[in-house]
Amino acid sequence: MANLKTTEKKTKAQSMGMHTEVLTGRTQQKFFNPDEGENLYYFGTYDVDFNKRTELDVKEMSAPEANKEIDNLMSQGFGTIVIKNPQGKHSLGVGILNKLNLIFEGSLGYFGMGSCDGPTVRINGRVGWSCAENLMAGKVVIEKNAGSCFGAAIRGGDLICKGSVGARTGIDMKGGTIIVGGDAGAFTGFMMQRGRIIILGDVGINLGDSMYDGTIFIGGKIGSFGSDAVPADLSASDQDWLKRKLKVAEIGEKFDVSKMTKIVAGKKLWNYDNLEPHEKKGAI
Amino acid sequence: MCGIAGLIHRGKSSNVGSELQGMLQALKHRGEDSTGYALYGDTDGKNFIMRFKVGENVGEGSSSIMEDVSVYDQRKKIVDQYLSELGAKIVKEERILPYSLRYELTYDVRDLLEFSQKIESIPGVEILSMGKSLEVIKDLGNAKMVCDRYSLDKLVGTHAIGHARMATESGVDIKSAHPFWGYPFSDVSVVHNGQLTNYWNNRRMLENKGMRFMSECDSELIAVYIAQKMREGASLEEGMKASLTGLDGVFTYFVATKDSLGMAKDTMAAKPLVLYESDDLVAMGSEEIAIRSVLPQEIDTYDPFDGEVKVWQI
Repeated sequence: MANLKTTEKKTKAQSMGMHTEVLTGRTQQKFFNPDEGENLYYFGTYDVDFNKRTELDVKEMSAPEANKEIDNLMSQGFGTIVIKNPQGKHSLGVGILNKLNLIFEGSLGYFGMGSCDGPTVRINGRVGWSCAENLMAGKVVIEKNAGSCFGAAIRGGDLICKGSVGARTGIDMKGGTIIVGGDAGAFTGFMMQRGRIIILGDVGINLGDSMYDGTIFIGGKIGSFGSDAVPADLSASDQDWLKRKLKVAEIGEKFDVSKMTKIVAGKKLWNYDNLEPHEKKGAI
Repeated sequence: MCGIAGLIHRGKSSNVGSELQGMLQALKHRGEDSTGYALYGDTDGKNFIMRFKVGENVGEGSSSIMEDVSVYDQRKKIVDQYLSELGAKIVKEERILPYSLRYELTYDVRDLLEFSQKIESIPGVEILSMGKSLEVIKDLGNAKMVCDRYSLDKLVGTHAIGHARMATESGVDIKSAHPFWGYPFSDVSVVHNGQLTNYWNNRRMLENKGMRFMSECDSELIAVYIAQKMREGASLEEGMKASLTGLDGVFTYFVATKDSLGMAKDTMAAKPLVLYESDDLVAMGSEEIAIRSVLPQEIDTYDPFDGEVKVWQI
């Protein structure tokens, strides 16, 4: 290495190995090749047959035991699994990275269906906090109500609650769609980054607080807007998308989407280029 | 973390001691440093029931001092003497544990403030509950341990609230355990899940108004705050609604009176609560599994919203 104390600034950087790679004409964008799609798979996933159906009673099982048994059934090729007596247990159905028809005949506690990628799930009851947290893909339908942090940090897939949901729905959401048939609590869309939230009923205070991006559609009353959440024009393409989405979700098919309020980020919290106050002082 | 649970039967009585035990035991993973019950039993309504302690059951991490049990007898004697001076007559006396007693009293009362101040002026003595149907029982351990220790599983009544505590803000002892009696009101009790950030400001203000604090547990503030509002003429529901702005922090709490049960949730809805409501039963708890212990069948439940206050009558 060159003597850093005696070399000029530009030379110093070069001597440390910087500025040597030519970037002109290159892109970091990656293009997906559909031909390679079939080579993409998760370790430990199974080929399942949706017509192969079974039932699993989890009344006397702990959540880890139940989840292990679901995995075991998938390894046997069962593509449709009906879970009996979930009885509000926490963390059921977590970490399923498979195509699967999963039906819960009852309610789930906290973190139900968390960190999943691919399954289609119907829950014929309610769910507790943080349902489907980190969902990557798939569809989760809840017939009744849901607790707080519904769909926290999801990146993809459709998460549908036919009833009402608690506070902080879609907190830290990074993609996908959340659809709620009833009302939603405070801080809906808190720190949302991507994706869409549709609430057909009313929402509580601080809607979309500190949201970075993404879109929220509200059918009912809004308690108050959060910091940097602003209303936007509801375009014709928005309305078309909403109609399509609600139809596919089998919820609110007759809902008048033209009267919905659209909320987006004002993007005034994005001033990364601004200097910190003490830096400004120094610059002056 | 802590867990809270409550239920109210409307138009009938039930084995609320056993039901609440099941609900709290389902929440024991949220904390089993101590467990407390506020049970509203079926009584004839003639006599006052006073539950009080003359010493502490102390756990690891407590600031309370372990005492020689012989002091309990001396304190009990002074309590008996003071009751006589106040004109109260002991009809029935039970010593459930060396430090925990239950008295049935006849007492012509207008304001329990003077009464309780006199009794609690004895060092180490605290009235856990005072009322015509309220019985507050709290001690170290999980719900089943406390229930067995005090034989609560056969208690019949209309409603009850309870608390499974993970000690965070204060010591592991009875004085910091929930529920808190709504001093100085008969038959008022409070349980809380959360943290309050303006505890000291409110405490100083309320102490200046003559209210007393027996512990350094932030949850006690809710009981005293509601009591003060009621002293100023507010209804229970009005007091609870005022608490949404008067108390800062995150909280879900229940208040029970002789004939009602109420819940309040802070404006951020940061603490969990699941609620089931039907014509003849309301059950609620920090988690669904608490409700499932009394209602295993499929039911409709929901999470109350931010800033929601509800009160039910028996």
